[in-house]
This record gives sequence, C-alpha cells and structure tokens, in this order.
Amino acid sequence: MKKVLSSILTLALIVSLAACGGSTTDKSNSTSGTSTGDSTPKSSAAASSFAVGMVTDVGGINDQSFNQSAWEGLQKFSKETNASISYLESKQESDYGTNLDKLADQKSSLIWGIGYAMADAIKTAASQYPDKTYAIVDNSYGEETPSNVIGVVFRAQEPSFVVGYIAAKTTKTNKVGFVGGIKGDVIDQFEFGYRAGVAYASKELGKDITVNVQYANSFADQAVGKAIASSMYTKGCDIVFHAAGGAGIGVIEAAKEANKFAIGVDRDQSHLAPKNILISAMKLVGKAMDLVSTQVKDGKELGGTTQVFGMKEGCVGIPEKNPNVDQKVLTDAKVIEGKIKDESINIPYNKATFDNYISTLK
Amino acid sequence: MLNSILLAISITLMYSTPLVFGSMGGVISERAGVINLGIEGMMTIGAFTGATVGYYTSNPWLGFLSAGLAGGMLALLHAVAAVSFKANQTVSGIAMNFLGLGLSLFLSRLFFQGATMTKPVTEKIPKIFGKINSREHPVLSLLNMDTTVIIAFILMLTIWFVLYRTKWGLRIRSVGEHPAAADSLGISVSTIRYLCVILSGVFSGFGGAAMTLAVVSLYSATAISGQGFIALAAVIFGKWTPQGAYGACLVFGLSQALVVLLGGDKVRIPSQILSMLPYITTIIVLVLFVGRSVMPKADGIPYEKGTR
Repeated sequence: MKKVLSSILTLALIVSLAACGGSTTDKSNSTSGTSTGDSTPKSSAAASSFAVGMVTDVGGINDQSFNQSAWEGLQKFSKETNASISYLESKQESDYGTNLDKLADQKSSLIWGIGYAMADAIKTAASQYPDKTYAIVDNSYGEETPSNVIGVVFRAQEPSFVVGYIAAKTTKTNKVGFVGGIKGDVIDQFEFGYRAGVAYASKELGKDITVNVQYANSFADQAVGKAIASSMYTKGCDIVFHAAGGAGIGVIEAAKEANKFAIGVDRDQSHLAPKNILISAMKLVGKAMDLVSTQVKDGKELGGTTQVFGMKEGCVGIPEKNPNVDQKVLTDAKVIEGKIKDESINIPYNKATFDNYISTLK
Repeated sequence: MLNSILLAISITLMYSTPLVFGSMGGVISERAGVINLGIEGMMTIGAFTGATVGYYTSNPWLGFLSAGLAGGMLALLHAVAAVSFKANQTVSGIAMNFLGLGLSLFLSRLFFQGATMTKPVTEKIPKIFGKINSREHPVLSLLNMDTTVIIAFILMLTIWFVLYRTKWGLRIRSVGEHPAAADSLGISVSTIRYLCVILSGVFSGFGGAAMTLAVVSLYSATAISGQGFIALAAVIFGKWTPQGAYGACLVFGLSQALVVLLGGDKVRIPSQILSMLPYITTIIVLVLFVGRSVMPKADGIPYEKGTR
C-alpha cells in the first residue's frame, strides 16, 4: 500500500511539476505572506475631495518593479494635484477582492488594480460599485470593458525596437539574442519589436545581423535563463535581450560570466550588473497612472476604454544614462525615438505584423 | 560539436548542483525515517541567507556556511515537530516550505530597504579554474564549473561512505527501517533522527546558496522555484540512495540542457513540448530502468517507544 502510495505521489509530483513549470505568478503568490500586515490603507497627502486608491499585486509595494513604480506615479500625481492617495498590499490573489472593497468603502473615487492578474477582481468590483471608477494596469478587456473601467496597456514593442536598434549597432559578432519568458501576446511585443529594431539597423548598416530567439518557458527559473544565455554567448551572440522576469536574472548573470552584454527589461536594470547591462527597455507604469489619474480627476470620461501608452506619451523608453552604449549610437537612437513618436515607423508587435514589416523593409 | 557537448556538460552540472544538495538532504532525512517535504523551504532560506551574508561580508564561503546554518535551523523546527511531538511529517514539511519562503521575503524587506530582492554579491563562489578569459581558452572556459559542483560530488561520496561503510550509517539505516529493533539495541532513535533532519536542512541550505552564490549572484523571490520538489523526486527516483539520487539529478540536469540546446533556432520543435522533456525523461527512466523503488520501512512514521 505504502509503495503504491509513494509511487503515485512521485508521479503526481513529477506531473504537477511539469504542469506548473512556468507558473511564476502562482509561486510568488503563495509566498509573500509576510510583509507588514495592514488592514487600514496607508495614506499620504492632505485630504482633498478627490481620492485615489490602488491595490498592489502580490509582489507588494516595494517590489522594485510594477507596484513600486505605480505607487511612485501616484505620489507624483498627489503632489501635483493635492489629491489624497492610498494603497493596499495584496498578500495573495484572494486579497484582491477584499482590498478593492475596502478602498471602495473608504471613498476612493478612482481605484487602481496593478497587474493583469487582477482583471477578474476589478471587473467584479466594478459591477458592485457602479459609481466608482476603476482602472487596471496591463490589461485590456477589449469590447467588454465595463463602462466604469479603464484598461491601461503599453506599447512595449517601442522600447524593444530601440534597444534592438542599439544592440544591432553595438554588436561586433553580428549575432544577438532574445530570451523570452513564456510565449504570449505581451512577450510577443518585446520579441518582435526587438527583432524589428535589429532588422531596421541591419538595413541601415547594410549588414546581416541574426537574432537567436529562445524561450525559457518560465518567468522564474533563473538556472534555465542562465543556461540559454550561456549557450547563446557560446554560439557567438554578444548581446542578449531578455523579457523573462526572474529567469532574466540568470540571463544577466550569464552576461557577467561571459563578459558580454545583456539588455534589461521593465526598468533600468543596470544596478544588477553595471558593466554588463548595455541598456534597458523600460515600461513606466507610474507615469501612465499619473496621466490617467489626472485626466479622471479633471472630469474626463475614460470609462469603458482601453488607454494605450507608448513613447509618445513618455510611458516607455530607455534610461537616461547608458554609459555602456557608444555616444554616437545613442544619438542615432534618439532619432529613432523621434520617428517612433511621430509614427513614421510602424513597429510590429506580433508575428503577422512582423512578417509584414520585414517585407516592407526590403 | 565539441563545444556543444562541453556546453551540455556544463549546463547539466550547473543545473543539477542545487538539486544534488537538496536531494542529499532528502536522502539523509528519509533514511533515518523522517520524510522531509520542507526541502524547498530550507533551500529558500539558505538561498536568502547565503546571498545576504555573502553581500554584507563579501565572503561567499561565509555565506555558504551561514546558508547551511539557516537551513539547519529551519530543519530543527521540523525535527521538533516530527520527532519530539510526533506530528504528521507531511504537514510539518509543507509548513516549512511556507515558513522558509515567508521568512526569506520578510527578512529581505528588513535588510534591503523593503525590497524582496537582495543586492548582487561582489564575490561569488569561485570557479574551479578561477577567472579565465573565454577568448583565450574557449574550451577550458566551458569546463570551468563552479566549485559547488565538486562540493556536491564530495558530499554525495561522503554520505554514501557514512551510510554504508560506518557504524553511524548502520544506525541511521536501522532507525529508518526498524526503529524498535534499533531502540532495543540501545540506539537513541530520536537523537539519530534529530541529527539527520538537521543535516538534511544544512545540505538543503547549501543547495540554496549554490543557487544564489554560484548559479546567480543574488536572492530574489523566485530564486528557488520548485528545485526542492525536484530534489525530492530525485530521492525516490534514486531509490533513497545518495548515488542514485545524484544520478537522478544529473539525468534531470542533462535533459534540461538538451531542452536549452535543442531550443535554439535550428530545430523547429515547439518550446512548450521541449520544456516537458525533463519530466518525460524522468518518468521514462523511472519506469524502464529504475524499476521498483522501495522506501525505508519506517519512513514517515513517528516512533513510539514500545511499539513493534
């Protein structure tokens, strides 16, 4: 009996491991049960008639990523408009609903959910409190956006295009790499934007620069990220861009060990490896939240829409200081940024648009 | 071709080393009759402690040892619950996973200004040939593995020697097979079990540090994401023997290396299918080559004095 049980358990373990090989969000969800508890929202700024609240994803307010950027954006908004702001941290996914309820009860007029994981919770809350306005980062409900919900998404392909352009102009081996987390619409923006940027620069240079693309199938497994990047560097790539979350830490480590370049994502990651981060493709969540909050406060009806932010709005981009990039390349990149802003380059964001883009390039 | 083979070897060893430490922890604990499902949590606290001590002291070895200590301390809790209080070992082990992860994140926020990520350490655990230039010695640099790879191998040999060639090993095994018999011969079942569970935490802690001080150079919330459970599977796969578990970890690492090497642009296999490879290989090898795996008879059963 015990043997049967143990073998079943083993199989179950292996199978479940296989099944959740890439579920990073779940992982961090079950984990962050420890931050300083809070049942009352933490507020700042003086009272004013307009109150904005936000509910963090399970990463917590100091996650050095989206949540932190979001809160910084709201703080800026509060300074500019004197609105009162507050946040609630979610420890696990089941907190989303409760936290959203709490904020609604505390008279917040605009309530933010940070991250697409909150999509369902926001939708439910929006139907329960039809007089409140809700907004969600990184999620679009498309046609089905409730009339009091604002979707906020980013054109991540734009900074990816720029870093791809910079990578192509910096590479000495004419081979660059891309490591993705798990294939999907969001990561496609990064992959195809990057590849388009490389293709654009190769045409400009009259060179043939190849892009190695590989997926880690995980946003968490740092060893896999490192293994993929190491193999790319061994095969001759000298710059690798990652859009792989935690697995990307492995990519950066591989760059350090091989003494080659990696390109950071979401925010300026140069502090992780000052000598080996060429540049980062940034997504400035806080900036977008500041913009949307201000518009809502000014009485603009944004409910029921999806707001898309990109370079033109200053919500994506590259860091200001990039000591590892050649000055001339940076100047060229500025020109590209200008072209993206005035929409004279149409940047692909998935396979179909990419193929189309390549055919127009020739 | 040679480069690909060397690359496969280096990825295999890199990937499997944290697993080897974890599975050695599993072997030593289960051979003494205590199931340790908390390896994941012990690896996590080790990963955090290793990176943190490594960052503040700039001495990776000190970090590595502290990681073992931290893992051992968490394991002590498991031992208290499982041995002294005869609690359900599965439940206690799973509790250790939550505790390990939660504690790591909590302490990380305390030490690193609220961030759930440590800063990168300045000194990593050195590689066996030290720092060499990959341009001058391309082959040597591929073989330049982390020192932890060697430590893991020596640890496996040591555990094998202790378990099968020493009096202590016989005692450990007898406690795991038939604690009443061992007790009647004057062996203290609870002492042996305590010791083995604590050692299990120490090894797991090393495994965590092997991740954050050798594979990468910082701790983040996803540093240990399932390695502890793979290590546990390796224990069973390896029939509860150190050499078997070691082999199982290598098989797992090798198939992971194949995923990486086959996943390049040349071969058109969907990456989702490829990433199943390690798990499928494991099941196939388990069914075809390993055969029946028999756990220690008293594994998971708290010992009550006087029972037969």
